[in-house]
Amino acid sequence: MKIKLKIWRQKNAKAKGKFVNYTLDDVSPEMSFLEMLDALNSKLILQDDEPVAFEHDCREGICGCCGLYINGRPHGPGEKTTTCELHMRSFKDGQTIVIEPWRAKAFPVIKDLIADRNAFDKIIIAGGFVSVNAGSAPEANSILIKKKNADEAFDSAACIGCGACVAACKNASAMLFISAKISQLTLLNQGKVEAMERVQAMVAKMDELGFGNCTNTYACEAECPKGIKVTNIARMNREFIAAKVS
Amino acid sequence: MAKLDSKIPGGPLSKKWSTYKSSMKLVNPANKKKLDIILVGTGLAGSAAASSLGELGYNVKVFCFQDTPRRAHSVAAQGGINAAKNYKNDGDSVYRLFFDMIKGGDFRAREANVYRAAEVSNATIDHLTASGVPFAREYGGTLDNRSFGGVQVSRTFYAKGQTGQQCLLGAYSSLKRQISKGTVKMFSRREMLEIVIINGKARGIITRNLVTGEIERHSGHAVILATGGYGTIYYLSTLAVNSNASAAWIAYKNGAFFGNPSFVQIHPSSIPVLNDYQAKLTLMSESLRNDGRVWVPKKKGDKRPANDIPEEERDYYLERKYPAYGNLVPRDVGSRAAKERCDAGYGVGDTGLAVNLDFKDAIAKQGKKAIEDKYGNLFEMYEKITGINSYEEPMRIYPAGHYTMGGLWVDYNLMTTITGLFAIGEANFSDHGANRLGASSLMQCSGDGYFIIPNTITNYLADKIRTPRIATDTPEFDEAEKTTKEKIDKLLSINGSKTVTFFHKQLGKIMWDYCGMARNEKDLKKAMELVNELQIEFWKDVKVPGTADELNQELEKACRVADFFEIAKLMITDALNRKESCGAHFRKESQTETGEAMRIDKEYSYVSAWEYKGIDNPPHLHKEELKFENVEVKVRDYK
Repeated sequence: MKIKLKIWRQKNAKAKGKFVNYTLDDVSPEMSFLEMLDALNSKLILQDDEPVAFEHDCREGICGCCGLYINGRPHGPGEKTTTCELHMRSFKDGQTIVIEPWRAKAFPVIKDLIADRNAFDKIIIAGGFVSVNAGSAPEANSILIKKKNADEAFDSAACIGCGACVAACKNASAMLFISAKISQLTLLNQGKVEAMERVQAMVAKMDELGFGNCTNTYACEAECPKGIKVTNIARMNREFIAAKVS
Repeated sequence: MAKLDSKIPGGPLSKKWSTYKSSMKLVNPANKKKLDIILVGTGLAGSAAASSLGELGYNVKVFCFQDTPRRAHSVAAQGGINAAKNYKNDGDSVYRLFFDMIKGGDFRAREANVYRAAEVSNATIDHLTASGVPFAREYGGTLDNRSFGGVQVSRTFYAKGQTGQQCLLGAYSSLKRQISKGTVKMFSRREMLEIVIINGKARGIITRNLVTGEIERHSGHAVILATGGYGTIYYLSTLAVNSNASAAWIAYKNGAFFGNPSFVQIHPSSIPVLNDYQAKLTLMSESLRNDGRVWVPKKKGDKRPANDIPEEERDYYLERKYPAYGNLVPRDVGSRAAKERCDAGYGVGDTGLAVNLDFKDAIAKQGKKAIEDKYGNLFEMYEKITGINSYEEPMRIYPAGHYTMGGLWVDYNLMTTITGLFAIGEANFSDHGANRLGASSLMQCSGDGYFIIPNTITNYLADKIRTPRIATDTPEFDEAEKTTKEKIDKLLSINGSKTVTFFHKQLGKIMWDYCGMARNEKDLKKAMELVNELQIEFWKDVKVPGTADELNQELEKACRVADFFEIAKLMITDALNRKESCGAHFRKESQTETGEAMRIDKEYSYVSAWEYKGIDNPPHLHKEELKFENVEVKVRDYK
């Protein structure tokens, strides 16, 4: 396959970025999207150009490192697919592919396709945990949890922290990310004790960091590679209101 | 140089750890905050240790090369985490878990450490559960368990096929909680490039800020490495592509002995190599072998689609050869059996380097929904990569490099031969002997981090309370920084004609072909020659673009691959030295008539601990004799 690429290049956080065009003539449909970028980089290095910086690690859709805006969609055209899981068979011979980093005020670009998602860590620091010290936990089976709740908590906990939800949202809202953590811990008995403080602290931090609000477009759910549902946001809102009025 | 002293406490096996804890030295709470601990790596072991040490009140500085601790590759562990809870009432106990690990490791691990790992496993499950890890549950609300290879009880706790992710996120959230409390300070996007030793004690590290390229100095009263294994030496492996062994290797070059470097686990069920561009291999969890049946056609070179091959023409070779354990044989046995069938010409797929993992019978018996509940995400993952729906036709799998049992040699305190330098999790050699059993890695990592290191490091730090904060403007820090900068400058100055990845791929292929699943003297010697040649070429002809004072991913890779050449040579040296087969280390010269691994206990019942003697000299071998006082050493039999 022949592929035309239009890639965002930016030297560092302070530099002004721009799109640069590249062409790859021998792309195989079997290649993963990131392997295609590897091939581009090998070519660039050998012709004394600077390779394109992008983040990646596990390359099996679980670490959450990779996250590219591909033809205007976070993680590209696949349903419930991370960038690293995307394969070139999803594209046509001769197609132009536009690749950009996440665009959000809270996720500044560091270089080329790498955005700084440190804001997510800050939100977790604000309260995304259960306050239990090693050594003080009760016998595991003394905390009984309905299978349904445990399964639902797992579905929320499957979030990989990639940031696609923020990138997909026109308001750059982090509500899906936060609500997934809130849901997970609220659905489990061990997380209920601090539920009220948690939701208030995390939401306050989210506002402080410059993430936008949710206006119910559901773009986040549509683009989430792990299928995290917007019902999490509804649960978070209920928790938040309950915490405010109590 | 330090004499090898494993410092195993006296007394009966089951009392050693409690005796240790009741007699160890303590640091009072007010003094803890005066003590700085440096911790490198934020996988499950590192994150667990960071949070626990923070909870105790130490001043902890944590480093990882990723943007956030949550990305570390523990996140990809799929199947589960073991504990001796005996919730299934199926005869499990701490002793049995210990015994299974000792046997699974083919009697090449230290009894006392393994027993302790089994002993703390139950507290780990309690803690992870309390931290909000959504483990799978029964309808009554209790925790569920499943089986894993090499054992006959069900002791594995799991969260679908994402147990590592959930455990890591549990530890990560505890780590974040300590950051909020100010006990832990996080330094992400930092690569450790040197260890600083002052008066024989580990006192600091040199890091490179991966965004700005700045070389930084950090000091502490003790240093912990939780930096994982060296499986990416094969280039293609189930590890994350940035996983590397440089931190452990730097420790080795500074005087920490390296234990059993040739012990590398090749996991039996990875998605096979599909093409030349491939950058990594994806694991299909061992838990799938609970319900999936492994087979190849009975007829050589049978290229019919799997579903067209009738039942009587299928060879369920694991069930045939190992009726007692069947599809749940340990990983080393499963991998070699797959290789044996494929080498003999029975492999499937275009390359012939794959076997079938079939869920047809399980789906017929339990229904598709039940299988989907247990492994849904794994089936999805498989389909994304291969385009094949394995509810309809079998998965194709083949062995791939996965886990390194070898690592930094540590004593019972998890301290290396450098005073004050500790190694936890996969980075040490401690608990898995010559082969690791499934679901025991998450168990070891969390045990080391939550419950072992907080005690042993306290015992070490107890007499350091009068040592003031360590200064970083000393000649030792100057020297370490200089070494780091020289290496970086050298790599950037070569400006050759081949990429770093080119060399890494070549190195990986040499190691896979000659120092992989089966080894012999001739091949190993050949591998040594080839690695030497390639290493010389690397230092003459590698091309690392860009500069040192910017985000430079090629430079990061180059530093790591430069170290892999050296590690490769130590692996080969160790594999050559150990002329027996044991666990994952299979020497073709040492096998039974039926092709099973044959140990030679009289000569090799020891841990190889290698001491660095300079770049131009061969390493020196120290032997830690293994004593088995609580188990009968016998031939490992899964038939």
